[in-house]
Amino acid sequence: MAPILTAKKVTKRFGGLVAVNAVDFEIPEKSIVSIIGPNGAGKTTFFNCITGFGKCDEGEISFEGTPIQRLRPDQITKLGISRTYQNIRLFADMSALENILVGQHVFLNSPWFSAVLGTPKVRKEEKTALSEAQRLLNFVDLKGKGDMLARNLPYGAQRRLEIARALATKPKLLLLDEPSAGMNPRETEDLTAFIHRLRDELGITILLIEHHMRVVMGISENITVLDYGEKIAEGTPAQVQSNPRVIEAYLGRGAATEGMATAHERYTKKAG
Amino acid sequence: MKKENFIWNAIKTGLLGGAVAIFICLIGMVEIFSKRDVIEKTITLGQFVLLATSVVAGFVASRRTLSLLGQNKPVPNLIAGLLAGLFTGILIALLVIFGNQVNLRAVFLNASPALYDLLTLKKGMGNIWVLPTAGAISGLIGAAYLLLPQILRGPINRSLLFVIFMALFSGLFRVVMINQGPGMEIAAKFLFGQSGLTLSGTIIFFIIVVAITMFWNNKGRDIQTSISRLPKNRQLSLRVLTFALIAYIALGLPLVSGPFIAQVIVTVVLFILMGLGLNITLGFAGLLDLGFVAFYAVGAYTVGLLTSYGQYGLQHIPFWVAVPIAVLVAMAFGAVLGLPVLGVRGDYLAIATLGFGEIVRLLAGSDFLAPYFGGPQGIIGIQKPCLGILGEFIKVDAPRICNGIELGKPQDIYYIAVASALLIAFVAWRLRESRLGRAWMAIREDEDVAEALGINLIQTKLLAYMLGAAFAGLGGAIFATLIGSIFATSMQLIVSINVVSLIIVGGMGSIPGVIVGAIALIGLPELLREISEFRFLLYGATLIVMMLAKPEGLWPSQATKRELHHADADNITAENLI
Repeated sequence: MAPILTAKKVTKRFGGLVAVNAVDFEIPEKSIVSIIGPNGAGKTTFFNCITGFGKCDEGEISFEGTPIQRLRPDQITKLGISRTYQNIRLFADMSALENILVGQHVFLNSPWFSAVLGTPKVRKEEKTALSEAQRLLNFVDLKGKGDMLARNLPYGAQRRLEIARALATKPKLLLLDEPSAGMNPRETEDLTAFIHRLRDELGITILLIEHHMRVVMGISENITVLDYGEKIAEGTPAQVQSNPRVIEAYLGRGAATEGMATAHERYTKKAG
Repeated sequence: MKKENFIWNAIKTGLLGGAVAIFICLIGMVEIFSKRDVIEKTITLGQFVLLATSVVAGFVASRRTLSLLGQNKPVPNLIAGLLAGLFTGILIALLVIFGNQVNLRAVFLNASPALYDLLTLKKGMGNIWVLPTAGAISGLIGAAYLLLPQILRGPINRSLLFVIFMALFSGLFRVVMINQGPGMEIAAKFLFGQSGLTLSGTIIFFIIVVAITMFWNNKGRDIQTSISRLPKNRQLSLRVLTFALIAYIALGLPLVSGPFIAQVIVTVVLFILMGLGLNITLGFAGLLDLGFVAFYAVGAYTVGLLTSYGQYGLQHIPFWVAVPIAVLVAMAFGAVLGLPVLGVRGDYLAIATLGFGEIVRLLAGSDFLAPYFGGPQGIIGIQKPCLGILGEFIKVDAPRICNGIELGKPQDIYYIAVASALLIAFVAWRLRESRLGRAWMAIREDEDVAEALGINLIQTKLLAYMLGAAFAGLGGAIFATLIGSIFATSMQLIVSINVVSLIIVGGMGSIPGVIVGAIALIGLPELLREISEFRFLLYGATLIVMMLAKPEGLWPSQATKRELHHADADNITAENLI
C-alpha cells in the first residue's frame, strides 16, 4: 500500500543534543504502526516534528505527497493529522462536549459577525456540530457525560475523550502518544480493541508510541525502534523482538555480544 | 497550657486590630469619615469603622479560640472576644495619650488635635476610658456573633450590609424620594436624616431585611419550584416583567437623580463598555492587556477630530457617523498593536501592552503631534449629538445649530451609553456561545493544544484584540462627546488598571460580573466623596480580600466557578459516580 506519511532524514537538535538523528520513516495507508524505544529515545520529539509542535531542523516530512515540515500545527491538522498527548492535555475546565466541539473548529467556517447576528446558517452549523459531537461521545462510550467537566472524568474516560477530540478533526492519520499509560490490564485490552475499531471502521491510519509491550506486539503491523534519536530497527513484531540491538537497547549493554562495540562507539560520540 | 494559649492569642489579635485601627486614624480616614453619619446624630462613619475593627478583632479571636478549645465553650470564647476588643481599644487610647504628649504631626499629618477630639468624643482626656470600654463591648459583640446559630447569622449579615449600604447612599435615596412628591417626602424624612439614616429608619430597614431573608430561607425554595412549575409562557412573561422593571429603574434613574448622579452613572456605563471589551481579550481569550486605555484614546480622539468645531477638527461629521468610524479605527489599532505581541505570552504580554498604552498617551500629548492632536491643550469643542437632519460634512468654526433635538445633557448621553452597553453585552454574549468563543476559551486553557486542533492562533488572538479594542473605542467616543473635550492626561495608565480590577472583582469572563464590578469599583467611590480620597487604598484592600475570599469574583461565569472550586467539584462527582 502507498505510504500516507513519509519522513526522510528527519533531524531535531536541542542545542548540542541530537534528539532525533536522520530518521527515515514510512507509514503505509490504513496500517497500525508503532514507535518504541527506551525513555529519552526521541519518540515524542519525532511526534512533535510530524505535528508541527517543534519544527524539525533537517529533513523532509510529506503527508499524502504534501511537504508539511514547514507548516503550522493548525495547517497540518487541517490536512488530516491529529494527535493525543502523553500526559493528557484536555481543556480541563471545559465540558466534555465543548472539548469535542473545539476539535470541530476546522469544519465550522461562518465568520464571527454572522454568529453575532445568529443567521440561520450559523444555527444550522452549530446544530450539526452538536449532533456530531454527541455521536463521537457515544463512539468513545461517554454517552451522557457530555456536560461533565473534562477534569472530573475518570482517568480512562479522559483518555477516550482526548481521542474523541482528536477524531473530531476527522483525521486520516491519528498519532497516539502512550495511550495505555496508567491503565489497568482490563482497560488496556479495551483500548487495543478500540484502536482496531478506529482503523477498521473509520479507516484511520494509526501511529502509536507505546511502552506497554503486550499492546505493541499485539496490535502493530510494523514497529520502528528508536534509541538515542536513531532508528536502530524496523520490522514486524517478530522481527523486532529477535533483533539483538533492540534487546541491548532495552536490557542494557552486554546483553547482546555485539552490543559492546556500539556502546563504545556511542560513548565516544557523546563525549565528542 | 491551653488556657494561656487562647488568652495570649486573643491579646495578639487585639494588638493586631489596634494596629489596624491606629493606621486608619493616622491616614486621616477617621477624621474624614466622621463628617458622614451612619445613623444621624448617633454614630458617624468614622466611629463605625473604628468599632468595626474591634468587632472583627473580637470575632477573629473568638474563632481562633474555637479552633483551639473546640466547640461548646462559650465562656472562653466571649472572654477572648472581650480581650481582643479591649486591647484594640487600649491601643487607640494609647495613641491619644501619646499624641497629646508628643507632637506626631511632623510625621503623621493627620495626627491632629481634631483627631484626638473625635476619639474622645470631644470631652477631652477625662473621657479616655470610653475607648477601651467601647472596644471591649464591640469585641464581645463580635464573639457573641460567632455563637449565634447559622439560621440567625445569615439574615443579620444581610441586614447589616443593607443598612450600611442605605446609610452610605442615603443622600441619593433622599433626593430621589423627595422629588417624587409630598407623600414620599414625609417618608424620606422619616427614614433618612440630613446625613445617614435616622434611628427609626435604621430599625425599619434592619427588621425588613431580616424578615425578608428569614422568609426567603423558609419559603424560597417553594417559590422557586412553583415558578418553575408554571407554564412556559407564564414563566416567560414573568421574566419579561422583571426585565421591564430593571429597565424602568435604569432608564428612570437619571431623570429623578439630577445631573451629578447622571454623570456618575454615565461614567459607570463607560467603564462597563470598556470592561466588556477587555472581558473579551482577558476574560475569554486570557490575554492580559494593560494598555487598554490606548483604544479608548483612539476612539475618543477619532470622534474629537471628526466632530470638533475647534481648531483641530478636521471635518464636521455628525456624531452618528463619527462613532462607527471611531469604532472601526479603534479596531484597526487593535490589529496594529496586536500583531507584534502575538507571540508574547503571559506576563510578558502584560508588560508589552503596558508600554503600548503609555506610548499612545505620550504621543497624543506630545509637542511633536501637537499640530494634529492639540498636544497638552487637547481637543475642545466636540459637538453634541443631534437628532435631526444631517448637515454637510465640512469643517466648521462654531458650534452647529441642531435642526432637531440636541442630546446635550449628561442624561441624554446616558441613554446613548446604556443602549451601546446593551448592544455590546449582546454581542459579547453571542460571541462567547459561538465557535470563536470556544476557540478563545481553548486558547486560554492550552494554547499549544488549541493550535494542534486546527485553531489559527494568529487569527483568533487578533480577533480578540480587535473586538476588545472596538468596544473600548466606542466607550472613548461616547466619553469624548459627554465631556465635550479630550486631553491626553485623561488617558492615564490608571484607567487600564481600573478596567482590569473591575473585571477581576466582578468575575473574569462574566458579562454580568463586568456590570457589578463597574458599579462597585467606579460608581461607589464617585458617589462617596469621602471614600474617593482613599480610593487606591480601598482598591488594593478589596483586591486582596477578593483574591483570598472570593477569587472567582462577585458574579462569576460558570466556567470560572468550576475552575476555582474544582476541589469541591471533584468530591461531588466522586459521590455521583458511587
